[in-house]
Amino acid sequence: MHLYLPIAGLSVNALVIVLLGGMVGVLSGMFGVGGGFLTTPLLIFYGVPPAVAVASSATQITGTSVSGVLAHSRRQGVDFRMGMVLVAGGAVGSFVGGFVFHLLQKTGQIDTIISLLYVALLGWIGVGMARESVRAVLATREGKPTPPITTKRHRKWIAALPFRWRFYGAGLYISPLAPFLLGFVTGLLTVLMGVGGGFILVPGLLYLFGVSARVVVGTSLFQGLFVTATTTLVHAMTTHAVDLVLAGLLLIGSVTGAQIGSALVQRVRPERARMMLAVIVMAVAIRMALGLTWRPDAIYTVQLL
Amino acid sequence: MLIGASEPKLVPDVSDTQIDIAYSFTGAELLLFGAILYPGGRAPTPDTDVAVVIKGPAEPLLVREKAKVAGIWINHASARFRSVPSFYAVATSRPLDRLVSARTAAIYEIGIDNLLLSPANGSSASEQARFESGLIDLKRRAGLYAEHVGAVSVREGVLYRALVPIPARVPVGQYTAETYLIRNGHIVAAATRQINIGKSGFERFMAQAAADYPLLYGLAAILISLLMGFAAALAFGRVRR
Repeated sequence: MHLYLPIAGLSVNALVIVLLGGMVGVLSGMFGVGGGFLTTPLLIFYGVPPAVAVASSATQITGTSVSGVLAHSRRQGVDFRMGMVLVAGGAVGSFVGGFVFHLLQKTGQIDTIISLLYVALLGWIGVGMARESVRAVLATREGKPTPPITTKRHRKWIAALPFRWRFYGAGLYISPLAPFLLGFVTGLLTVLMGVGGGFILVPGLLYLFGVSARVVVGTSLFQGLFVTATTTLVHAMTTHAVDLVLAGLLLIGSVTGAQIGSALVQRVRPERARMMLAVIVMAVAIRMALGLTWRPDAIYTVQLL
Repeated sequence: MLIGASEPKLVPDVSDTQIDIAYSFTGAELLLFGAILYPGGRAPTPDTDVAVVIKGPAEPLLVREKAKVAGIWINHASARFRSVPSFYAVATSRPLDRLVSARTAAIYEIGIDNLLLSPANGSSASEQARFESGLIDLKRRAGLYAEHVGAVSVREGVLYRALVPIPARVPVGQYTAETYLIRNGHIVAAATRQINIGKSGFERFMAQAAADYPLLYGLAAILISLLMGFAAALAFGRVRR
């Protein structure tokens, strides 16, 4: 069934878009990553203008996150206090990020450097997660007790931060400044790169803070919900590129997918779930690296003046 | 008899002067047809040709070119064009090079290579040509620039008809359809018709809301995504219990 997208200005097969949303929703419910990394390039490949693809997938992630957060909160899988601190940090970070983005845009070239840094960061996170999770999977297979996710449960610089709070869901007694900073960095990078905060947030919560694995996905989705709602509003006000028909089609699939994903992840052993996320993170890093070095499909690009 | 009266006249028409884009729009076919009137009812010469040029609203564009620098593809150069037709289609009754002289084709912008894109930078001619061909290649791949050779049929030298496909991702706006009557490589008559392509109904409402009430539109988008998220959670919660 073909439907015309009023803002994107083309007609698409509605079923394809719903299925794409569903696939992304499952990933989102399982791993706490937004899925923009998958939706945006696929939509652009389908012919949707890049600005519309970015803006509408932000709208979609908001709904997916709501669906995922609610599914996880039924199982006490969200630390709302930690989430709020991350949101506050993310808000400041995306504000600063918008400012930095404006500065960098004027100079023209620097976005390539950010892409390189992002590839390096994702590669490092992905490889680190893969090593840790493979070790954990092997240990359980040999019948040994699972090694702790992070050997340094209380890192010195985090423990040194003042005024500690108790985060019951996360099982932590640390200064809110630590998650605030993590939220800040996530917000900054999300605005600069337009690609998933979840890739930084989930490993950050797991490995830097040692947050209990039970609440990581839900808390990451909770933070993503606010970030993407803001992104949607900013796009609606500045680029006018939010296509509600496109977002609606994606949402039909992805809110359902998020419920399925969050149920699926309960059946998978946590170290295996981490291994899958590590593979996804590495795949995204490799994809971005290839995007930088391969001859692009179109040497010329057009921008309306 | 006056010399002017010996020139034939074109009576053109189009199947639609208004194309509405609605939810099910997957492109359209525009039928351009008409009659050629000869003064004094004189028997027409057999080699009568017709070319139809359809142009969309012109827009200024910035074209960026990527190049490989230290192993990485980056945007390294750009060129501005002041007026690039957002859509261009030409339909002719015979191949362009056997239709009119290169000079005439350039003057009337018949053929994609004859488009005047009015580059705005003071860059060298070879550089402009490079950017122009890059831009045209992009437009061709998107189906927005097209040449339909042989798509015009002329019957008995009196009636002509042309079928021009309009793709689904056509930009909205005021289009012009120019019809040229060609004999012995010369344009002897021309006529223009206007075609309006616009969004209608729900599609127009959405596009206008996004442009005129950005804050409300953005809030509505967030509200819809929140509601759909809640709805899914509710539905699945019920199912499991």
